[in-house]
Amino acid sequence: MIISIASGKGGTGKTTVATNLAVSLDFEVQLLDCDVEEPNAHLFIQPRMEETLTITTPVPEVDMEKCSLCGKCGEICQFRAIVVIGETVLPFVEMCHSCGGCMQVCPEKAITETTRELGRIERGHRNGLEFVHGKLRVGEAMSPPLIKSVRQYTRSDVLTIIDAPPGTSCPVIASMKGADFVLLVTEPTPFGLHDLKLAIGAVRILGIPCGLVINRSDMGYDRVTAYARAENIPVLMEIPFDRRIAEAYSRGDMVVDVLPEWKEKFINLYQDIEQIAGEKRSVS
Amino acid sequence: MKEIVVISGKGGTGKTSIISAFASLAKNKVLCDADVDAADLHLIMAPTVKERHDFDSGHTAKIDPDKCTLCGQCRDLCRWDAISEDFVVDEMDCEGCGVCYYFCPEKAIAFPINTCGEWYISDTRFGPMAHARLGIAEENSGKLVSLIRREGMKLAEEKNLDLLLTDGPPGVGCPVIASLGGASAVLIVAEPTVSGKHDMERVSELAAFFKVPAMLCVNKFDINPRMGEDIEAFAKEKNIKVLGRVPFDPAFTHAMVQGKTIVEFDEQGEGSLAVKAIWEDLSKSFEN
Repeated sequence: MIISIASGKGGTGKTTVATNLAVSLDFEVQLLDCDVEEPNAHLFIQPRMEETLTITTPVPEVDMEKCSLCGKCGEICQFRAIVVIGETVLPFVEMCHSCGGCMQVCPEKAITETTRELGRIERGHRNGLEFVHGKLRVGEAMSPPLIKSVRQYTRSDVLTIIDAPPGTSCPVIASMKGADFVLLVTEPTPFGLHDLKLAIGAVRILGIPCGLVINRSDMGYDRVTAYARAENIPVLMEIPFDRRIAEAYSRGDMVVDVLPEWKEKFINLYQDIEQIAGEKRSVS
Repeated sequence: MKEIVVISGKGGTGKTSIISAFASLAKNKVLCDADVDAADLHLIMAPTVKERHDFDSGHTAKIDPDKCTLCGQCRDLCRWDAISEDFVVDEMDCEGCGVCYYFCPEKAIAFPINTCGEWYISDTRFGPMAHARLGIAEENSGKLVSLIRREGMKLAEEKNLDLLLTDGPPGVGCPVIASLGGASAVLIVAEPTVSGKHDMERVSELAAFFKVPAMLCVNKFDINPRMGEDIEAFAKEKNIKVLGRVPFDPAFTHAMVQGKTIVEFDEQGEGSLAVKAIWEDLSKSFEN
């Protein structure tokens, strides 16, 4: 089973929920941190890294000896990543989406592919927990291909927990697509509710069952709960504001280490998810 | 004309609350919400929309089953596995590269432009505002960010205003890169946590990469003063101007619930005073 943990709004507690859930379960789990722009789960899990891989994407390289300046490459490119200027062809590799169109269309076979670094993937363990994350190269714009590379580590024989990035656009979709359940972590504030609605819109487009964790649940803004009820979205966990949790988080400590009574709550959270996702499976 | 972009790396550090407070304090400015993915500034600014425009960007392939001869060339060429075995394009996987459309021997593939959001020019109680809404699960957020900043800039020129206050997106990827280029300076709002420090370091590296001067304030400083000091020390080392500290103050949330800026809600509170001091410092730094 794949559980993707998302939020819409940033800073609501995705990583807190993902990491504490991952370490609370007593069977085999893997945690994939797909927030490749700002991966943080490793700061809490502190895995022993065993493997580092550089992930690249193909980009064009032009052999000017062969090029006839016909301009077809610039014509097919939707991303303005290759243009003919005067007597030369300039590939703007940072803009390239790696579709291979320019190479395919070149009548002179003057275009070959080299690579651009997207970032790195690191893989390791903390006790029995397998940990994988991607780190987008600073300056790189495209995170979805790196997210997809992280997700290639998904094993079908264990529970996979994905820590997704904030927002609702392509990186979030890349982190939720194909999941069996999306756990949305929100906070009871107007910003939290507004962005939660967007996130639920995305989850519904993908047709994945979902549930909520309300973090800092006692902030006194009850519209999130009312919204969840109206939309028939189960609230699976509420985490009241507790300065001890905030301070533990600030140091990189896990909630279940500082407040061990939370371990059982995370186990229950998993059981609820399993039940909802299981019901969905048996229906479809 | 100056543009200050508020970014953070990590989400939820308080970008929007702080830029809202600046909106209360700054004169002669245009507001711009460049966090088009999960735009929240309008919840405080309560804009009256004056102009509404579609945001058209990018294309998606669509196969006409009547013309398709199932030759399979499109599937061979598509690098996103976006075309199913029965030749239907998965709109979400389609990158919009047009390779299938270009090479289809039957001309069976259409390649229409997408409408992936809306953008607005509005009035607020603090002045004009440019903002946008990216459609859920849509792409091209970077292009929408660039567009909305351009429109904000135009608006400022038209109205003879000399400052653009831009609320940026979290992260370091495409929309953030689009929010930085050409800005006078970025203000990084960090939080004193291990994640906040890690992410602040990455986003400050990004600002340096694009040669945009950066400044820093640490929000919720008292949650972990030692971590806050570490972040400030890192900033000083990297020549990032440290503007000040904002305490953890529940008034920020209470203000948000009422749709107010902290300055409107609790003018003499500690959060408000801290942000005011930061704003004074910040505005001095771009006077010269």
